[in-house]
Amino acid sequence: MSTRRRQPSRMQQAVDFPLDWLEERSGLVGGVKYFLFRKVPADTNWMQTLGSATLTAFLVQTVTGVILAMYYQPTPNDAYASIVNITDHVTLGWLVRGMHKWGASVFIILMFLHMGRVFLFGAYKYPRELNWVLGVLLLVMGMAEGFTGYLLPWDQTAYWASVVGINLNGTAPFLGPWLAQFLRGGQDIGAETLARFYSLHMLVIPGAIFALIGLHLYLVIRLGVTSPPWSKEAAGADRADEPSQLREGLTRPAARGAGESE
Amino acid sequence: MNPDEMPDEPHLPSPSIWPIGFAIGIAVLLVGLIIDPLWISTIGGLIAVVFGVLWARDATSELRGKPVAIEPERRQAAPAGEDAPLQELSAERYPRSKFLEGTTLGLGAVIGGIITVPVAGFAVLPGFVGQKQHKVDLGPVSDFADGQWYIATFMLDPSEGEVSRRTTFIRNNGPLTVKGKQVPSFTIISNHCVHLGCPVQANGPSGAILGLKTLTETGKNGKVTLTPTVPAGFGCPCHGGQYDTEGNRTAGPPVRALDRYEYEIDNGRIVLLSTYSVAHVDGTGAQAKIQKYKPVGPGEHIDGIEQIFYPLNPPHH
Repeated sequence: MSTRRRQPSRMQQAVDFPLDWLEERSGLVGGVKYFLFRKVPADTNWMQTLGSATLTAFLVQTVTGVILAMYYQPTPNDAYASIVNITDHVTLGWLVRGMHKWGASVFIILMFLHMGRVFLFGAYKYPRELNWVLGVLLLVMGMAEGFTGYLLPWDQTAYWASVVGINLNGTAPFLGPWLAQFLRGGQDIGAETLARFYSLHMLVIPGAIFALIGLHLYLVIRLGVTSPPWSKEAAGADRADEPSQLREGLTRPAARGAGESE
Repeated sequence: MNPDEMPDEPHLPSPSIWPIGFAIGIAVLLVGLIIDPLWISTIGGLIAVVFGVLWARDATSELRGKPVAIEPERRQAAPAGEDAPLQELSAERYPRSKFLEGTTLGLGAVIGGIITVPVAGFAVLPGFVGQKQHKVDLGPVSDFADGQWYIATFMLDPSEGEVSRRTTFIRNNGPLTVKGKQVPSFTIISNHCVHLGCPVQANGPSGAILGLKTLTETGKNGKVTLTPTVPAGFGCPCHGGQYDTEGNRTAGPPVRALDRYEYEIDNGRIVLLSTYSVAHVDGTGAQAKIQKYKPVGPGEHIDGIEQIFYPLNPPHH
């Protein structure tokens, strides 16, 4: 057995050089490896891919939404016509609009399935409570995306659904009427409402969702993947490359009061 | 220079005021280029040259072997073995780092506020202040036959387009004697369901089936149409709210009677003003006793115990 390291091939060097250059200046390569190559319990389940599926659905919504924004006109007199134009005349517009419209439902359904998986696996328990809270906020934001996006086609369904939806908000005690007037941008649904929903739908809420997804993933990376309820393994395994006492308190909490009795 | 002779500590020039004079000179030169290139720029240039030379001399004095004037230490040296009282003394003083931290955070907050407050106001306030009041001309009173219901549609603000189209149900109740004078009396009911705002419909035939003509007029409220109808009441298609012909709720989820429009007769023409909310109407037509309230949104209670949930409403017209 030779202890001498084999000289890397020319090809290997060509790949390594830019990566090493980047790593030395940013630490990004190590960061991405840290993010991707995590230890997960051996008996993880297909159900545990639902979160990634939800993220993928959101990215599809982002990409198709950005393209739709290139053709859509958020003004009362042009909105519906621009939707018709996208659907009937723009090349593959029907496909992109269809992906965005049906993808919205897929996104919401996947969020609920993911939430159900987390609930049934007990993955919301200590120390992951905060990630459940973030997930609920993401669900609320996703619903808000659905609500604001529904008005944009500016047809009869869109209009009256938004009238009813906004007035439902308006019946909330105390602040409801104020919230409804803020959403309408005035006393009645009109040009203001459409422009405002457009801005909320494509700028404000997606920004919040991106930020929340960042925090959500950060906690997933930090706390590790939960093993299924039937697992024989302890929930959450240590990383091979870090001292276990760093994470002991997180992954294998001491029994309550165990430290105090000594 | 031999590496061994290189000074260990970083080389710092001694404090000097010459750069300030040099900067002033450059500033005068630049201002002069705009105002008076001949004189002011020349003066600025001279100042810059003079101070520049002085600065260069000062900065190179060490290299030229001149002794460097170092400010003497003015603080008293701490007596040995008496660290504790000194530490206490310095702990009591407001430390410079704390002050700088406070000012940085404070300034950040002020800058953030200066930006956020107008932007937040811009996002929120326009929906609440300066709401336009609209007057709607529905045409001459003579268009409305006595006792006949009409479905009137019009644009509140034609500049906004079709989205501002509204619908009301109008009945001419015939003349009413007020203080010995004959005045026209109208019942004008908004079609906004007071459950969640869907458009209520007349429960009955309308238009051509009655053998009556629909009147159309285009004016400053866009195309105004008056379609005759014979309603037994009004009903909402969304969640099944039902009202009688005075707008009182008879069934379903609505929480009060249908809103109504104020109106005036101007030059023999009927003009709609703001809406108002109605708790209940007793009697019919010209003799109706209307329990009138300030306009509120659909679904809001205006009487009974539930009204305590809606103590304050946004400004309305």
